[in-house]
Amino acid sequence: MQLRLKNFTKTFDGLTVIDNLDLTVESGEMMALLGPSGCGKSTTLFTICGIHRMNGGTLHFGERDVSDLPSQKRNVGVVFQNYALYPHMNIRENIAFPLRVQKLDTATINRKVGEIAELVHIPELLGRRPAQLSGGQQQRVALARALVRQPDVLLLDEPLANLDAKLRLEMRSEIRRIQLETGITAILVTHDQVEAMSMCDRIALMKDGKIVQLSAPDQMYNDPVDTFVAGFLGNPPISYLDANVADGQFQTGGGGIAISDALKPKVSGQIQLGIRPEYFGPQFGSGLQGKISFVETQGREDLYNVTLSNGAVLRSIQPSGRRLKLGETVDWGVDADHALAFTTDGARI
Amino acid sequence: MTSNFRAFPIVALLTILSLPLVVMYGFTILDSVTDTEPGSLVPTEFTVHHWRFLWDDTTGRGSVWTATLNTFIFAGSTAAIVCATSLTSAYALSRLNFPARRFFLAGVIILHAFPTITLIIAIFLILQFLGLFDTLIGVIMVKAALELPFGIWVMKGFYDTVPWEIEMAGVQDGASRFIVWHKLVLPQVQPGLSALLIFSFLSGWSEFILPLVLAPGSDAQVLSTYLAYFLLDDSLEVDFNLFKSVGLFYALPVILIYLIFQKKLMNIYGGGSKG
Repeated sequence: MQLRLKNFTKTFDGLTVIDNLDLTVESGEMMALLGPSGCGKSTTLFTICGIHRMNGGTLHFGERDVSDLPSQKRNVGVVFQNYALYPHMNIRENIAFPLRVQKLDTATINRKVGEIAELVHIPELLGRRPAQLSGGQQQRVALARALVRQPDVLLLDEPLANLDAKLRLEMRSEIRRIQLETGITAILVTHDQVEAMSMCDRIALMKDGKIVQLSAPDQMYNDPVDTFVAGFLGNPPISYLDANVADGQFQTGGGGIAISDALKPKVSGQIQLGIRPEYFGPQFGSGLQGKISFVETQGREDLYNVTLSNGAVLRSIQPSGRRLKLGETVDWGVDADHALAFTTDGARI
Repeated sequence: MTSNFRAFPIVALLTILSLPLVVMYGFTILDSVTDTEPGSLVPTEFTVHHWRFLWDDTTGRGSVWTATLNTFIFAGSTAAIVCATSLTSAYALSRLNFPARRFFLAGVIILHAFPTITLIIAIFLILQFLGLFDTLIGVIMVKAALELPFGIWVMKGFYDTVPWEIEMAGVQDGASRFIVWHKLVLPQVQPGLSALLIFSFLSGWSEFILPLVLAPGSDAQVLSTYLAYFLLDDSLEVDFNLFKSVGLFYALPVILIYLIFQKKLMNIYGGGSKG
């Protein structure tokens, strides 16, 4: 079901946290609200589920205006960061609770609980208590409880934050699988760009209560609107160089970088250059001299920091095995087609 | 070295410190069923004579059974009122945002710290004015009111440990605030509730000053005032063995309750436990 948030404004004690935000999530889509802490992403989520009241604006689920409805009547499923399972009930009772509130008959409840347990792969856990489950299992139960009464929208508030790295990887694909299988419209709140990029159809990147950019993950990665977006996505992160356009080249410390044909007519004078680690290295020829100032071995790949003569640092990620040492001098090139140009105040050129 | 053996010095110290208490308890029990020559510690004969208060009216103030019944009613209704009121008002103080919430919170603390005895004259006058002087209902109301700040504060502590998300999740699941409270929050504070129930019952059971001052007549007397009469009334010949037996009779339910519920009572000092 399509979700439309229009002119949404939220203030806390006179302080405007979110000002005039518009957001449309298409039916069956999984949308990520991504941003640093304090950017208003959780506030937006809690407003959609009705825990916070709106100070202005409207919220529609499909054609239904739910702006003034209490949480109970909105039909939204929520998975909380700490799962919020009911500790005194066993798993079956936890999942059945939303149905029991609707006063369905026992046979229907048992059938639905069975189905949903099947979907999230926990049928053997139904008799246990939440305290006896691992984090990943609790997460599955929380998902099952949120989905069991077939909500219009599923909201996930940092669902993977409390899991260890391995489980996080597993639950990432599990949540996506369950979302795709049920075809539910979902919103994921996270501060982890990897989660947002790997799980969602589109990402709304937020900063200071505003959506800075809203697009598909690969598009946001390759075509960011400003340095904030470019810097938020990508691990290891993009590095920036101050550069000067002269002689048909970006002039910077340690050498020159060719300008792509697409950029040539648009750039002049002083700019900021954003270069992602995978587009800087010996495979792109030469032209930038610098010293290796940091080496990080990651197994499959090695990460190098190269300090240029003017003190700027570029990151480069290379297949492992090159075995360069700290302090070694290198002369590497940049993939001109993938260099991102920004104005000095951060806007994309 | 076993852990038992390492604890030996502590056990020895505690034994020495608690020995006088044990001796006192021992002699209370012993003296209530025996007679002893004056000046001697060794009892000479077994007797149930000191328990005659169970079937005789030894004081002229009515049967001990009436007093016992009164004490049960007094302690039971106090505990019920305290628990019911604390349960709801503590939830409000912990969770709901209502006007003057801070004022009420501060008020509860101040009332909790207030010495009861300073209020007794004012309460006496109020009860007299209301026509509740020398009635059990009057004392119950006063006792419950004075116990409430403690109860509210303890229950608020327990409510505060219940995560917000549980309530939010319940609301999202479509349950009303009342169902959320009743089905999801209440079970989490249940250990606190049982501890408070026992505590306020025991507190009512051992209350002495309030019944003594506010219900001095024999109709509304409770066990504590009944017991005190053996010492207060000059016309009665003081019989310490009888006094000990009545005291033992009076303390028996308390000891039983402590033995049965000691685990639950510890909760109240823990400030709450999870699931």
